[in-house]
Amino acid sequence: MLDSILEGVIAFMLVAGGAFAFIGSLGLTHLKDFYMRLHGPSKTTTLGVGCTLIGSLIYFSLREGPVVQEFLITIFAFITTPVSAHMLAKSALHHKLEPDPRTRGRPMELENERPKHTIEEAPQGKSPLP
Amino acid sequence: MIDIALWIALALFCAAVALNFYRVVIGPSLPDRILAVDTMYMNSIALIVLFGIWLNGKNYFEAALLIAMLGFVSTVAVCKYLLRGDIIE
Amino acid sequence: MIPPTRWLPMPVLSLLLLIVWLLLQQSIALGQWILGGALAIVIPVVCRPFWERQPTIKRPWKLIVYILRALKDIVVANLQVSKLILDPRGRMRPAFVEYPLTLKENFPITILASTITLTPGTVSAHLRLDGRTLLIHALDVADIDNLVDEIHQRYERPLMEIFES
Repeated sequence: MLDSILEGVIAFMLVAGGAFAFIGSLGLTHLKDFYMRLHGPSKTTTLGVGCTLIGSLIYFSLREGPVVQEFLITIFAFITTPVSAHMLAKSALHHKLEPDPRTRGRPMELENERPKHTIEEAPQGKSPLP
Repeated sequence: MIDIALWIALALFCAAVALNFYRVVIGPSLPDRILAVDTMYMNSIALIVLFGIWLNGKNYFEAALLIAMLGFVSTVAVCKYLLRGDIIE
Repeated sequence: MIPPTRWLPMPVLSLLLLIVWLLLQQSIALGQWILGGALAIVIPVVCRPFWERQPTIKRPWKLIVYILRALKDIVVANLQVSKLILDPRGRMRPAFVEYPLTLKENFPITILASTITLTPGTVSAHLRLDGRTLLIHALDVADIDNLVDEIHQRYERPLMEIFES
């Protein structure tokens, strides 16, 4: 009885994780500008991967005694994703990517001219950088 | 029941990786591409974990942990490079 | 909290390292305790010059309440963002919002920025150290003042109670 309930929980976690990750990637593909695209991966994909890891944790705990390592990856993902999202937003502001015209408010980072340390042709498209 | 859920989740994650790859190819700017690669490694962590459930092997989590750490460090390093033009100042 | 000493410059970090080591090894044998303990002492001593001053946690139980509330908000945020992404008409009202910070220390500001990124419809984009403001990009916002007020009431005030005051 308990086993079948737990199996249901595992199945739900796996499917929910997959659905969240898919929605996040869908947002990455079809939203209009970079700053809006940042929202999908930074929130939805993280929760999707977290759900999948928790599902795997319950599955292996059920099979062969308590397992905790997946929990470490989950915590690691939840700590690191905001940091990388913040860094990406900073570099996008530094390169002055244009926000969608509907966006209200214009930060001063997009206005003033380039700071000294910019690489010359990096911002748009065909760049020689790796 | 878990088998069916596993197949659905695998299909959804594979579709997610394909969408990320599309964004890597068409991405108009460099930060777009980095964001797509970042999302791709997050999805690949989940794919490896699902693969571990499928093969019933516990050791796949180590690969997932390594991907998580290296992916984070490389994303931050590339962002630093875009911000300053140098990795090491 | 545990006071720092010469051999344990960062007691919380040492404890965390020991716990993570034992969890990674999946065993509580004596050898793992010794090896983990040695690592927990050596690593903080070696990498101490890279660290900023450690913040003091005044009220640990409030930190637990904060984490639970943040977890609940993460789930709610994901449902909201999923709905916005899947909405075929795409009615979004994106905005850049400047959020005035009242927190002073770096570590609480980092936690606040991470929480903002993980919770409803907002990503922290840039921290201006001179003016003490945080630039936030919001996906769908009706009233900007309302958003600033909500972040202040819901996240910043508990963080101030935990770390400062």
